[in-house]
Amino acid sequence: MSAMPHGPVDERFLQVSPLRRLAARPELGSVVGAIAVFVVFALAADGFLRAGSLGTVLYASSTIGIMAVPVALLMIGGEFDLSAGVMVTSSALISSMFSYQATANVWVGVGVSLLVTLAVGAFNGFVLTRTRLPSFIVTLGTFLMLTGMNLGFTKLVDGTVSTKTVADMEGFPSAHDVFASTLTIGGLDLKITVVWWLVLVALASWILLRTRAGNWIFAVGGDKDAARAVGVPVTRTTVGLYTGVALGAWISGQHLLFSYDVVQSGEGVGNELIYIIAAVIGGCLITGGYGSAVGSAVGALIFGMTSKGIVFAEWNPDWFKFFLGAMLLLATLLNAWVRKRAEATK
Amino acid sequence: MTLVELTDVSKRYGAARALEGVCLEVHAGAVTCVLGDNGAGKSTLIKIISGLHQHDGGVLRLDGEETRLSSPREALDRGIATVHQNLAVVPLMPVWRNFFLGSEPRKGVGPFKRLDVDLMRRTTRAELLRMGIDLRDVDQPIGTLSGGERQCVAIARAVYFGAKVLVLDEPTAALGVKQSGMVLKYVAAARDKGLGVVLITHNPHHAHLVGDRFVLLKRGMMVGTHTRDSITLEELTRQMAGGNELDDLRHELERTG
Repeated sequence: MSAMPHGPVDERFLQVSPLRRLAARPELGSVVGAIAVFVVFALAADGFLRAGSLGTVLYASSTIGIMAVPVALLMIGGEFDLSAGVMVTSSALISSMFSYQATANVWVGVGVSLLVTLAVGAFNGFVLTRTRLPSFIVTLGTFLMLTGMNLGFTKLVDGTVSTKTVADMEGFPSAHDVFASTLTIGGLDLKITVVWWLVLVALASWILLRTRAGNWIFAVGGDKDAARAVGVPVTRTTVGLYTGVALGAWISGQHLLFSYDVVQSGEGVGNELIYIIAAVIGGCLITGGYGSAVGSAVGALIFGMTSKGIVFAEWNPDWFKFFLGAMLLLATLLNAWVRKRAEATK
Repeated sequence: MTLVELTDVSKRYGAARALEGVCLEVHAGAVTCVLGDNGAGKSTLIKIISGLHQHDGGVLRLDGEETRLSSPREALDRGIATVHQNLAVVPLMPVWRNFFLGSEPRKGVGPFKRLDVDLMRRTTRAELLRMGIDLRDVDQPIGTLSGGERQCVAIARAVYFGAKVLVLDEPTAALGVKQSGMVLKYVAAARDKGLGVVLITHNPHHAHLVGDRFVLLKRGMMVGTHTRDSITLEELTRQMAGGNELDDLRHELERTG
């Protein structure tokens, strides 16, 4: 990669073709998949290529993508978070109920929600690193507890399964601008979540590839004991990753609240798997140690294109799940194959 | 100079006694070999020296000062680098990321503080070249290197980061003859640079090639300690294999064979 200023050029460098280099990238499989999905719907659905449809597809992708980024980082770090889906709802509920009950500015609720959500994420990380239980069990526990608390607290406070509207409260317009507004760029209507998504992808890529923390994430996911033995702070890295997922949940939760004004307390169940699937389609190795943030974005884009493309093509939406399952299997097989080829470049 | 000194060190795991009354000295510029069969307590011993576990009894001295190491990080900071048998490297990560793992050099300020990737790539390549490993590509996953090369990368890393004591856990256990030779060459190179080396092995031939003093362990107890000129390879091999037990075994096999 980098030019060697010293010594003669090594003739063996020539044996690695640029194509091989490309094939060694974790997101290659998902990019090929995304192009295929795009072509299929461009041919099958009349309205798919219109600017309005593009905005819709990007919006759908961004709502998944915002969570797929931290979930991908966590997966590269070798862990899962099954509570990620309902944590989004919890975060929205906390903002909404705290603002309404304390009759304060909505921004107070938003701030309190940030603190509580990050604490829940850190709790996941601490329990995991303290008890050394598998993350499947720990976060399944958090998932169930949050699901119960979401419903229980909402019924206790509001008497129904949804919160009261916060649309007439102080600070709502500005909060709506930040989390749920629509930007018009060159005739294209873009939801602000797309901006949040892109910023998160850029930030996560920077952390993964160019910072010490990124090196630690790869190492902790690749071989936790080896990482600890050379002095990597494994506990701190893992807790940080879970807190990152909580940060994503907070952003998604605030979007949920400020785009609908009310929150349905039963929402979010099942979304955690969608985030994981997006990360895996994007080339993250399910056992950790390998993957990319850009890949998770491409995985989310495949999700967005498929869910909206099926509507544009006027197909029966029941096929969506079948299609996803097939994509997941194909992507995982392709990743395994690509990785084997990449490692055989010796 | 005595870098590490263990006196009567013992360690229990619950009711099981892993080590009892073990004494060991590591001198600068010398190789101390720890020999023993499976279950002799070799791994426990290096876990204590490398900070992964803490001893229950006895005294551990570093540079003459009584110490208890609480983590591998602390051991590293005090100049003890350990190359574990299966924990030497993270296979999926590129060679250069592995080389600097846990001690990454950075540049820039504040939130823009970032890995000095150029320096990391360049240094990795240069340091490995100095050990005679000519890598085509420091970006390849380290898992694609041979077992011997991986051990050498781990040793080169320890030397580069200025370790005073190098602890090697069965560095030649899974290697062929040629690769074992390569690793032993770097053990000798590290010794000549003035490092104190602890070599854990169950191969008396490898131990006798580079060792200056030998500590024999059996079922967690010390059964002998020798210097290089006080023991021959034949005697070392005999003691390693259990001395009289080997003679008994020979008789048994002769009769059945």
